[in-house]
Amino acid sequence: MFDFSIVTQWVHSLLTSFMPEGLAVLIECIVIGVCIMLAYAMIAIIMIFMERKVCAAFQCRLGPMRVGPQGTIQVFADVFKMLIKEIITIRHADKFLYNLAPYIVILASIMAFSCLPINRGMEVLDFNVGIFFLLAASSIGVVGILLAGWSSNNKYSLIGAMRSGAQLVSYELSVGLSILTIVVLTDTMQLSEIVERQADSWFLFKGHIPACIAFIIYLIAGNAEVNRGPFDLPEAESELTAGYHTEYSGMHFGLFYVAEFVNLFIIAAVATTIFLGGWMPLHIPGLDGFNTVMDYIPGFIWFFGKSFFVVWLLMWIKWTFPRLRIDQILTLEWKYLVPIGLCNLLLMVIIVVFKLHF
Amino acid sequence: MTLQLIVFIVLALFIAVCSVLAVTTSRILRAATYLLFVLFGTAGIYFQLNYSFLGAVQLLIYAGGITVLYVFSILLTSSQGDKAEKLKNGKMVAGAVSTLAGLAICLFVMLKNEFIPSHFVHGELDVRTIGHALMGMEKYQYILPFEVISVLLLACIVGGILIARKR
Repeated sequence: MFDFSIVTQWVHSLLTSFMPEGLAVLIECIVIGVCIMLAYAMIAIIMIFMERKVCAAFQCRLGPMRVGPQGTIQVFADVFKMLIKEIITIRHADKFLYNLAPYIVILASIMAFSCLPINRGMEVLDFNVGIFFLLAASSIGVVGILLAGWSSNNKYSLIGAMRSGAQLVSYELSVGLSILTIVVLTDTMQLSEIVERQADSWFLFKGHIPACIAFIIYLIAGNAEVNRGPFDLPEAESELTAGYHTEYSGMHFGLFYVAEFVNLFIIAAVATTIFLGGWMPLHIPGLDGFNTVMDYIPGFIWFFGKSFFVVWLLMWIKWTFPRLRIDQILTLEWKYLVPIGLCNLLLMVIIVVFKLHF
Repeated sequence: MTLQLIVFIVLALFIAVCSVLAVTTSRILRAATYLLFVLFGTAGIYFQLNYSFLGAVQLLIYAGGITVLYVFSILLTSSQGDKAEKLKNGKMVAGAVSTLAGLAICLFVMLKNEFIPSHFVHGELDVRTIGHALMGMEKYQYILPFEVISVLLLACIVGGILIARKR
């Protein structure tokens, strides 16, 4: 397995050889910050392209084809268009909050993004409460959406923001419960450690029945967390024009748009990390030859491959099901997912106590 | 000046400025936003102390939970363009006096207190230790407050249902 920490240690020793440690750490922090932003933007572009192509495939269309081979440069053209658009200021709106809101959303998204372990030795924020911090960071995004809806001075935006608040706060519970189910199985919350423990087999197979139930609940609740698929009420185009970001234009709208797509990737990547083994290759206990062959594929390819597979699953759901009503969404969460999640947690505890897992 | 000290000064200035702004602004949603920034700054200090559990709890409970609750209730009750009235002179004086008194008490306690020598262990605190302290029944363990708070939350839920379904 390729270990990325060799590279980081080499850079660190190179920098400390001719400058004081504090300065070296500062420079490393800045470089890593820039790298995260670049990776964030790249993933957003890939996700937007993928969304358009997958959507087209499900509707028997071709999708973008004109710009570049198979339309691959289309998204870059779109980003450039977004960058040169005018940012309209709204009269009688709270300008400070109006301009601040997209940055809160993107801050929450980037903080959650930097927790993800991409390869062995390639994790930026790796606390021993990693998965808990990830939940905490992603819960801040709601504030940005609520502020955006309120400060736009528009009733569609306000209704969108209220729906979004109700939906996100409720579904956070299900996401937390299904993650907790896996934490019971692993007895650690550190993301790198969670991946290491899946070396013999992924948790989806190790935890069998409760892990599968948790995985399905997580996918449903995660889809609702990013305002997509059948749960896109906060920005339902046919009812609310565009929900909480109706009044936003130019790059401020772009930030919401990018954050939404990368949040989808983050949901998929967390699902990958805690259920499908993160960057850990597919290992089957007993088949040593097979495991060695699998080890030759580097970790980040496994990570991105699995993540984009889960993203594809979520896109499939989005382009297949019609939108739900707000009362149906809340009923689904509070009357079905939360009780099932709690029972599932109990089931997992029983299985761990009696050592019935693999 | 070490890097640690610079980070602390930046965080402390950020917290101080935002908390003053939170009480001086006349728009209630802006006050809530500044409060959110103060809570971010506090979480930053916890992270600087390497106490990531408390920092994450601060972000999850205060920034992601309580502030959302505030903003939500402001959204439901007040309309765009509402501004707080100017304070009367008498109220201003009373507020200033109580603020100064609070500051004096805090300073007195802080300067008088003899701090025990810090026995800070470098590295992160193990989550297992925190869990045992939270759910244990021995000395310096917190099972009783933990359970009492859950009773309080139950009372809140029952009260909420009672208000919401008045029949």
